Amino acid sequence: MAKIVGGICTSHVPAIGRAIAGNLQEDPYWKPFFDGFPPVRKWLDEVKPDVAVVIYNDHGLNFFLDKMPTFAVGAAEQYFNADEGWGIPTLPPYSGDTGMSWHVINQLVEKEFDLTTCQEMLVDHAFSLPLKLLWPDSPTCPVRTVPVCINTVQYPLPSAKRCFKLGKALGEAIASWDDDVRVVIVGTGGLSHQLDGERAGFVNRDFDLAFMESLINDPEWATQYSNEEIVEKTGTQGVELLMWLATRAALGGSVRKVHSNYHIPISNTAAGLIVMEPKG
Amino acid sequence: MTATAARREIPGTRIFDAEMAQKGYALNKMCYSFNSADNRSAFSRDEDAYCRQYGLNAEQTEAIRTRNVLGLLAAGGNVYYLAKFAGILGLDVQDLGAAQTGMTKEAFKAMLVAAGKVD
Repeated sequence: MAKIVGGICTSHVPAIGRAIAGNLQEDPYWKPFFDGFPPVRKWLDEVKPDVAVVIYNDHGLNFFLDKMPTFAVGAAEQYFNADEGWGIPTLPPYSGDTGMSWHVINQLVEKEFDLTTCQEMLVDHAFSLPLKLLWPDSPTCPVRTVPVCINTVQYPLPSAKRCFKLGKALGEAIASWDDDVRVVIVGTGGLSHQLDGERAGFVNRDFDLAFMESLINDPEWATQYSNEEIVEKTGTQGVELLMWLATRAALGGSVRKVHSNYHIPISNTAAGLIVMEPKG
Repeated sequence: MTATAARREIPGTRIFDAEMAQKGYALNKMCYSFNSADNRSAFSRDEDAYCRQYGLNAEQTEAIRTRNVLGLLAAGGNVYYLAKFAGILGLDVQDLGAAQTGMTKEAFKAMLVAAGKVD
């Protein structure tokens, strides 16, 4: 049976792509961010995942407002990164795992999550950059992937409570896959940031740190909030913490914190990173 | 009682809801087209013609013409799509942040760095 080895949540700012392309890892502005990742890579070397299930939000590469799925799951043999309009380098294609994708889709729909399934799906920086941060030295991503996309573009967005339930069902679906594969859940987005409006530049360290702590000790804590409340506390794009919540829920019962990092700012964003492992 | 009556007011913040998604559809569709380099070139060759092709209204066309970020948001623009327009102009999200807050880019960046300092 498939085994979930753990979950990694990280921010996914496009500027990270520019910093990687420019080899700015040791630059004083970037170093506190990039220094968070070597312990994650060491952990990945130990747990050796075969598949990454990546929970992220699309920023207008694959989906437009003409058709905006609340939850979309990829079921392709390959996923392509592409031009997003602002000039960060396009990364090589990602291998899919259609067997696991369709198993997850079947299980989630059975559990009353009405998904959109995608046999073709472009994956944007929110998918590609975190994988590049986890496996920087490999020209192509060394694990197979299953993309899970949550709408954070057009309201109504699914609630924190609903995303937690999705994550829980996703974890159960993966664990019931009859194949001996090791799976890491990768959740990307957040933490607090706001790109648009007169409040642009808003970040909230206290809330972010409380949220990160809650993932370990009180995982459903953030589900008390509506999305509007989350926006108020974390900024318009801070609502991307929904991906973190779904990732945590996929890990089930109790977890151990393997590693974390938190740094303000990367571009307009409070950058968070956490690695969690199921206990027992 | 309208659907907007119960909307939560967050200072300096807009929720991209059904009203905005409808209002900004043409503008956002045009910005979505900027994923393609050919479309970015076509826009740069003749901005007004490109705006007309996508059916932008006068408010949206004017906000594009004057690079008015808050105006683009008020006209229904969504920042994820507007960022692609900013890309054509060679602007990043910190330029947008500065434009929206009335700060210089340096001051906007310094504000974020200051937010990262632990007391």
